[in-house]
Amino acid sequence: MSKTPKISIKGLYKGFAGNPVLKGLDLDIMAGESVVVIGGSGTGKSVLVKCILGLMAPDAGEILIDGKNIAASAKSLRDEFMKKVGMLFQGGALFDSLSVWENVAFGLIRAHGMAKEAAREVAIEKLARVGLAEDVATLRPDELSGGMKKRVALARAIAANPEIIFFDEPTTGLDPIMADVINGLITECVKDLGATTLTITHDMSSVHKIADKAAMLHAGKIIWHGSRKELANTKNPFVRQFVAGSADGPIKMALAGGV
Amino acid sequence: MGFLATIGRYFIGALAEIGRVSRFSYEAVTHIVRPPLYYPLIGRQMLSIGYFSLPVVGLTAIFTGAALAQQIFVGTARFNAEATVAGIVVIAIVRELGPVLGGLMVAGRVSSAMAAEIGTMRVSEQIDALVTLSTNPYKYLIVPRLIAAVITLPLLVIVANIIGVFGGFLVGTQKLGFNAANYLQVTMDFLEASDIYSALVKAAVFGFIIALMGTYHGFHSRGGAAGVGAATTNAVVTAFILILLANLIITINVFGS
Repeated sequence: MSKTPKISIKGLYKGFAGNPVLKGLDLDIMAGESVVVIGGSGTGKSVLVKCILGLMAPDAGEILIDGKNIAASAKSLRDEFMKKVGMLFQGGALFDSLSVWENVAFGLIRAHGMAKEAAREVAIEKLARVGLAEDVATLRPDELSGGMKKRVALARAIAANPEIIFFDEPTTGLDPIMADVINGLITECVKDLGATTLTITHDMSSVHKIADKAAMLHAGKIIWHGSRKELANTKNPFVRQFVAGSADGPIKMALAGGV
Repeated sequence: MGFLATIGRYFIGALAEIGRVSRFSYEAVTHIVRPPLYYPLIGRQMLSIGYFSLPVVGLTAIFTGAALAQQIFVGTARFNAEATVAGIVVIAIVRELGPVLGGLMVAGRVSSAMAAEIGTMRVSEQIDALVTLSTNPYKYLIVPRLIAAVITLPLLVIVANIIGVFGGFLVGTQKLGFNAANYLQVTMDFLEASDIYSALVKAAVFGFIIALMGTYHGFHSRGGAAGVGAATTNAVVTAFILILLANLIITINVFGS
């Protein structure tokens, strides 16, 4: 255990208007690992990813990337980190004023200074990688189906060959077959790139397909983590309830007025 | 006590809002002076703020100028000073009505559109996506709109002033019986360079207000479609009030003499 984790989160606290969401979260992700964080809706899974990406400022705690604390470091280091990162947003978050290829090429042109023509070629290659034909490239995002949007968003996330990729609910809103297709694409793309990934989801089919390791987020902390095999055999009552999708167990969903 | 507490809460809320707007504009302005600037985006915004506002600003100006000439004629006729109609029309239009009405019309058109567009980008996580693609949202979304509005509004106001004076000219010569050459002569005699500076300074300030309110409310909108709707309303209402307030301050303090 002497290797430095790719991503290391120590004692992360984040709350909103006096309402704590993350309460001292610890999580290590080694290079090349695919870690899936599971947890119920509103447990702060998205908050975790947004804190790592710097979209939200943590109240306390450290986020180390390659051993360097990026939350406290200079802007230039954070900019370097962002160039190595890809993110697939839950709703795709495609820019609807731009065409599909311009969406995919956006980071290549703006962050990596690639020429427009070259970036377009890379974009079309990445679109092909996620199973989209070249004629899709000139369409607008609002002309695409939900599954196609997810594919374009995936192509955009992997466009710059990132070292770290975050997936926020990659299969939400898709039918089970399309969900499996997207899960398959994610696995393949990650393997191609050799990237380190962090996926947050409540879809167990994603966990089975994507995860090397799984971690469960509950009440603001990682309450369990282990390999995919251990996930199936764990005795932890919280994890067992979540994996089984049962209303009965130690996790009580607030039915009225809760978060 | 409940009553006082409510007043206090509103007062603190208002102060907090002023603080947030100030921080937002400080952040935006620091990005204006630090390269890079995205010139194609500025150009596109100038087109949408300036060129596409021409019809609504032009119509506002011509109707206002025409009505103004008629009203001033009625007023001045009460003490036989009808000869000053052209002069009062040009001063009222250039110093006050051109910038203010032009600013308000553009605010209604542009602040709302900015708030709706940026607000939708916020709630659909497109602004977060910009950050993950190493693009500063201030540079990409806010700065081009601010620069474009500050450059474009003075140009629009020049056009509005000319069309407004022309509206007065039409009513003056066609209905009130002024001689055309004489009307224009009086117009030129009354107009001073400081009137035009005043109009341009006001227009640039109003342009900043319009873009600032549109982008600020859009950027901080939350809560889905209803949130974007509220942001749009707030953008227009605050832009209107700030334009009228800024107009008063500039008129009295800078060009009062």
